[in-house]
Amino acid sequence: MPNRIKSVVSGPGLLFASLGLVALFAPFLTLAANRIVAGEGVRVWDVAGPEAIIPGMVGVVIGLALGLPSAWQSVRFTGSLVGIAALVWLLMQGSTSLLEGAGTYARVSLGSGFWCLLAILLLLAADALSSLSPGPKMRSALLAVAIIVSALVLWSGALTDLSIFREYANRQDAFFNAAWRHLGLAFGSLVVAAAIGFPLGVYCHRNQGLRGAVLPVLSFLQTIPSLAMFGIMIPLLAWVGSTIPGARELGVVGIGFLPAFLALVIYSLLPVVANTVAGLEATPILTLDAARGMGMTRHQRLKQIQLPLGLPVMLAGLRIVLVQNIGLAVIAGLIGGGGFGTFVFQGLNQTATDLILLGALPTVILALISAITMDILVELARPNQMRHG
Amino acid sequence: MIEIDNITKIYDGRAAVEAVSMTIESATITAIVGTSGSGKSTLLRMINRLVEPTTGQVRINGEPTAGLPKNALRRRIGYAIQGHGLFPHHTVAKNISAVPRLLGWHKDKIHARVNELLELFSMPPDEFRDRYPAELSGGQQQRVGVARALASRPDLLLMDEPFGALDPIIRTRAQADLHRIQRTLGSTILLVTHDMEEAIQLGDQVAVMDQGQLVQHGTPAEIITNPATEFVAEMVGGVDRPLRLLSLLSVSQILENGTAEGDPLDEKSSLREALSVCLWSGRSALPVERNGSPIGRVTLEAIRSRAEGTHEPG
Repeated sequence: MPNRIKSVVSGPGLLFASLGLVALFAPFLTLAANRIVAGEGVRVWDVAGPEAIIPGMVGVVIGLALGLPSAWQSVRFTGSLVGIAALVWLLMQGSTSLLEGAGTYARVSLGSGFWCLLAILLLLAADALSSLSPGPKMRSALLAVAIIVSALVLWSGALTDLSIFREYANRQDAFFNAAWRHLGLAFGSLVVAAAIGFPLGVYCHRNQGLRGAVLPVLSFLQTIPSLAMFGIMIPLLAWVGSTIPGARELGVVGIGFLPAFLALVIYSLLPVVANTVAGLEATPILTLDAARGMGMTRHQRLKQIQLPLGLPVMLAGLRIVLVQNIGLAVIAGLIGGGGFGTFVFQGLNQTATDLILLGALPTVILALISAITMDILVELARPNQMRHG
Repeated sequence: MIEIDNITKIYDGRAAVEAVSMTIESATITAIVGTSGSGKSTLLRMINRLVEPTTGQVRINGEPTAGLPKNALRRRIGYAIQGHGLFPHHTVAKNISAVPRLLGWHKDKIHARVNELLELFSMPPDEFRDRYPAELSGGQQQRVGVARALASRPDLLLMDEPFGALDPIIRTRAQADLHRIQRTLGSTILLVTHDMEEAIQLGDQVAVMDQGQLVQHGTPAEIITNPATEFVAEMVGGVDRPLRLLSLLSVSQILENGTAEGDPLDEKSSLREALSVCLWSGRSALPVERNGSPIGRVTLEAIRSRAEGTHEPG
């Protein structure tokens, strides 16, 4: 009997279900008198009336239960979606009902119970998805649906009573400025790093001596702690701005966008160059010998053989850079470079947790979307070596 | 005709190939045999200038290769290597058409040529054109590699251990295929191998290399009957030499008038097979037939006299 149960019930599913049930007892939301003081935890069954709570809790439990059967991965995935929908429902109901009569400055924030349940359900979704191993097209579709549904929920205004959305409402313009700035920092530095790094990688591949000089320097730069790097940029660019005529007029100053951007470019170079070299070297020696022997020029070999065969490795380098830069760009906020980091550091100064989250959450989501997208691209770039597989 | 004229390659003061001269007639197979480090691959790679000779000259139909742009030269010379070196991200058709595409052939001409070659190698185009190399067996990959090398109808086909990665049974078939295709197309082939058996089976001419030098160049029969040095004799293999010699001759070459008992042998059979049949069935003479009708006989006596190696092969 125990063996049969073991094979029918998914191990991770059982773990998620038990952890989820425990998490239901943790404070789901917190209620505070204003945005700065620490809030008081409210358990899930106290956040609203029974007519709102019961469907939500049932939804969460059903979602966790659907995660149990080991044989039906799509059922488990559906379970995670049901659970997440139930969480959103509970948030909508709870935030509104807790604020009723709680005072003008009262704030409802997300509690540890919510975060734990969200994490558990996302893990369940990831576990089921990895067993389903959807192809790149399916994954793109899932990602698009997830983004659209999330956007609809946010736009519908159903969650506006939550403290983090209050913070957002107070800074709507600043938020979009920060978002653009953040994207500009992360993607802009990626583009510049790729424009420098790809050719540099090709030259390093061709010239052993150059490689021996370039790669150690880039690895050294990579080891400089990010805060120190941003710090070094300030006096350096300030000096450039004040000594070189015309530099200041072009916007070269010690603080702001430029030092942050440059620091990100410098961090990006190692992954781009190293992966370009590794990608170009992925071509089997015999394949290259055959290409040379049949009279392909160096340029033709690069374009027709080495680049297509090395593309997945090179894109993997860009993926590292992108995810890394989205995270690192937060620190730009500290030196006036803008981006979501601005909210994080403002929030830290004001001890306003939800303002920190307003900076941190979009960063995490952005990094996640980028990682998934790049993974899909890497897979699509993988040379077609088998029709079925 | 390919003329290799006093060609030398020196690496770090040491000669990898030293003053080699030889002439390769059109529409023949020449096999270069040697141990590893004998300079045979270097010699081959100097012909399409993957390696530049230190001194000496190679001429193709009288034209010195040194005067031609490297890539233009290589596109005129087929090149097939051990483990095929196919492009893993290209289909069979795209692999085979690599050189014609470099030469800018018209699409339709390329399509027809690929089909023609696949047919020649007994790989139905409909089935194989769109496959990727990873979807083929080792023998099929090797055939595609040779087809690719032949695609632009090159003046010369260079093959560096082309069958080295194949298992013995498939290798024998691949060798027979190559021989058949060479006879059909009249290609000129220069093939490098470490396997004397392969060289004797395939080569119209065999060139033996040792320590960078060409020690002997002649027909397989000459190599077997009159090895020029100890080294060649060792390569040919003392015990097997009479049998190797017999495997080069066909029954029709020592045909006598008359009849004999038992199952007949085709006139194209080698003397090695004839000897084997004589010994196995205990007969001293075998009837020989051409296209199913008797034309004479071979005797054990005649076979033996051939195996003694005192006669020049006919």
